[in-house]
Amino acid sequence: MTGQLTDAGPEPAVEPGRRNRLTVAGRPVTVETGFLTLVVLALAVAALTSDAFLTQTNLTNLLKQMVTTGLLAFGMLVVILTGGIDLSVGSVVAFAGIVTAGLVSGLPLPLAMAVGIASGIAFGLVNGILVARFELAPFVVTLAALTTIRGLAFVYSEVPIAPEHPDFFWLGSAMLGPIPLTTVIMALVFLAGGLFLSRTPAGRSIIAIGGNAETVRLAGINVRRHVVLAYAISGACAGLAGVILASRVGIAQPSVGVAFELDAIAACVIGGASLAGGRGTARGTLGGVLILVLINNLLNLYDVQSFWQQVLKGVVIVVVIGVQRASRPRA
Amino acid sequence: MTVAAGSPRAGNVLELRGVRKEFGGVPVLHGVDLVGRPGEVVAVVGANGAGKSTLIKILAGALPMSGGEMWLDGARVEPRSPHDAHDLGIRTVYQELTLVPELTVTENLLLGNFPRRRTGLIDWPAAHAKAGRLLAEIGFGAVHPRAIAGRLTVARQQMVEIAKALVSEPRVLVLDEPSAVLAGTDLDSLFGLIRRLRDRGVLVIYVSHRLAEVLDLATSIVVIKDGRVVTTTEPARTSEDELIRLMAGRRLERIYPARRTGFGEPRLRVTGLSRPGEFTDVSFTVRAGEIVGMFGLVGSGRSELARCVFGAEPASTGEVRVGTESGSDTEQSGRTGATTFRSPTQAITAGLALVTEDRKRTGLVPELTVRDNIGLTTLYSTTRAGLLDVPRHRRAVDDLIARLDIRPAHCATMPVVRLSGGNQQKAVLAKWLLAGPRVLILDEPTRGVDMATRMSIYQMVDDLARDGLAVLLISSDLTEVLGATDRVLVMREGRITADLDAEHTTEDEVLGYSIGRAG
Repeated sequence: MTGQLTDAGPEPAVEPGRRNRLTVAGRPVTVETGFLTLVVLALAVAALTSDAFLTQTNLTNLLKQMVTTGLLAFGMLVVILTGGIDLSVGSVVAFAGIVTAGLVSGLPLPLAMAVGIASGIAFGLVNGILVARFELAPFVVTLAALTTIRGLAFVYSEVPIAPEHPDFFWLGSAMLGPIPLTTVIMALVFLAGGLFLSRTPAGRSIIAIGGNAETVRLAGINVRRHVVLAYAISGACAGLAGVILASRVGIAQPSVGVAFELDAIAACVIGGASLAGGRGTARGTLGGVLILVLINNLLNLYDVQSFWQQVLKGVVIVVVIGVQRASRPRA
Repeated sequence: MTVAAGSPRAGNVLELRGVRKEFGGVPVLHGVDLVGRPGEVVAVVGANGAGKSTLIKILAGALPMSGGEMWLDGARVEPRSPHDAHDLGIRTVYQELTLVPELTVTENLLLGNFPRRRTGLIDWPAAHAKAGRLLAEIGFGAVHPRAIAGRLTVARQQMVEIAKALVSEPRVLVLDEPSAVLAGTDLDSLFGLIRRLRDRGVLVIYVSHRLAEVLDLATSIVVIKDGRVVTTTEPARTSEDELIRLMAGRRLERIYPARRTGFGEPRLRVTGLSRPGEFTDVSFTVRAGEIVGMFGLVGSGRSELARCVFGAEPASTGEVRVGTESGSDTEQSGRTGATTFRSPTQAITAGLALVTEDRKRTGLVPELTVRDNIGLTTLYSTTRAGLLDVPRHRRAVDDLIARLDIRPAHCATMPVVRLSGGNQQKAVLAKWLLAGPRVLILDEPTRGVDMATRMSIYQMVDDLARDGLAVLLISSDLTEVLGATDRVLVMREGRITADLDAEHTTEDEVLGYSIGRAG
């Protein structure tokens, strides 16, 4: 196409920005309608072709499986909105889980869990301060954190910890009617998170920072503090995800969570977030999570070899993003 | 000589016939005709939104025509990409810079055409020499080939940009507001260059808001209004007043509002402010209701001074006071001995506002909506129970959009980049007015802004001053500095060299002080 020259002139004020849109039956494909179609399609295919899909066990499983990716993806979204990235979330999941499992024998359960989550926040704060205060590249900072925190998890306990505390499993297995408690927690995180991004000064500022940090700084908003906050939120989400995962599995492993950050990033991107920052929504990200989890679940039901699952997931990500790109009005 | 039916008149390099352009069914150009011969300078003038930029993009191959014909040297052409247009001999220099900032001037100029040694490696000495020659030939010898493009002043970058367009010896050179960022000798070099190109038989299409310059340089003038050519005329047969009337479609009595008298208490007091390498021992005062102009050539330290007063950069010594409030003493933090604002946040709280010179980089968040952009300054002050008070925030912003007449109507939810330059500038102004400042610093507020919007900005600033606001207006436009202000401070090489009464000084005097030829 015409590349950057198209954006060069300042003037086309009258242009309503509707050219080059992908349309189906005369209606533009938006992220929302695209998702809805995709999710409904996937569900229909699943229900029609697999007897196992619509069973209680599988649906409950599906709801539980999405919790980890979901929590990580929301935290990731907040960081991505600032124009950053958080590669350390998978390691934080492992660390928070193993610390909680380790402490449960000596501390009351809620306190042990709080420590797990707090460790995530602490790691997030360190990431955020390195990025915002010392102006190091987010990719490098969180890549370093990825290996450091993974190492710390192994330092804490080289072997998996399986607490005997009977309540340890409660969080991961409790049901609210037909819905797992953890899924409800995740839904609440997205609800509150969506409100945070759209309705609070801090959330609006974070989005604006990803668009143009210098403009935001000159508008009197403390950019550094908001960037630190974004990483702390991601850390908190990862900590919570780690605690929940350990409780669900019943055993905390220092090796858990490898490459979890990739699913989280994929969910954000599928959900319409821009890795350059400044664009993305909680709703879209939740949609991205749903699609990823559905794909995994379906391929499992069809007994597709896990390596092929990875291949297919990669293809789906590229296709979804390609469709989005085509449907976005160009500047 | 026989001319085949349908072919253009002999002698024209370029001929546009009935060029139309629509965006999604909305017509922007309604059939534009434009004719240019070798050695002509065709000026295109019009208010913002008139369709000038669209026309340029069509010439540049960046946008396809919706209808009409384009002829080049007697052959019908339709450039489908900027690359096509280059191959046809049409080169375009946009207002926005497209240099690769990390590369040297040489690399930017010769990208893809480096002289090579036999080994296939780039012959750098030869490359730099070639770039130096290219620049010297066109009278831009002041630009050093080994300099990193991004570290040059905007003016110098613009010169490199023009040099780059000339490397391939185009027959048609399109310049979009080339003078907007130039001043003084740089401006003279540009005009000299255009005259030389004219003599060499290049057709120059020249878009500018500066009408005096258009009348001076152009061989013909095309006035565009609402996507139509209103008239095609020659400098000898028209005047600045007539052009303004044609562009605006009504007679504009005066560009600048009448001066106010009787100023109040000092609102902004800057004393002995210094920042090494940028400005030295700067002192001045702006009173309530007063508009103080600050003139200086690009690189004289004006913008740096503004950023420092606003707390965006630290000072080494000096003091900044707004009203009775002074900036906090940064000595305690051990950094410097200056009493200035430590952050824009502090400055804003004290009542300062700064409209920066570069809308795109420091004034707007391009992807956000007009509403979100304007609302930035009051995000944290319009809350209820910790949440943004959306209805109240929205109402305040929308009121300003209406008051400043930011167009198109209902633009509140449009991404701000979709507005025209003038309306973007209004949005930046609105953002600062929303913060309710007591002192407003405007850095080049009318750069790349059409005459009608310019006038409404002057009027708005005048209204604000009447309401008691203190205004510091930084500008490299002499006419503006003298016309729109009460007092003019002249800055040269980081120092204030004169403090003149705007009503009684002359352009010559101000310019004299700015280049060190006082008197």
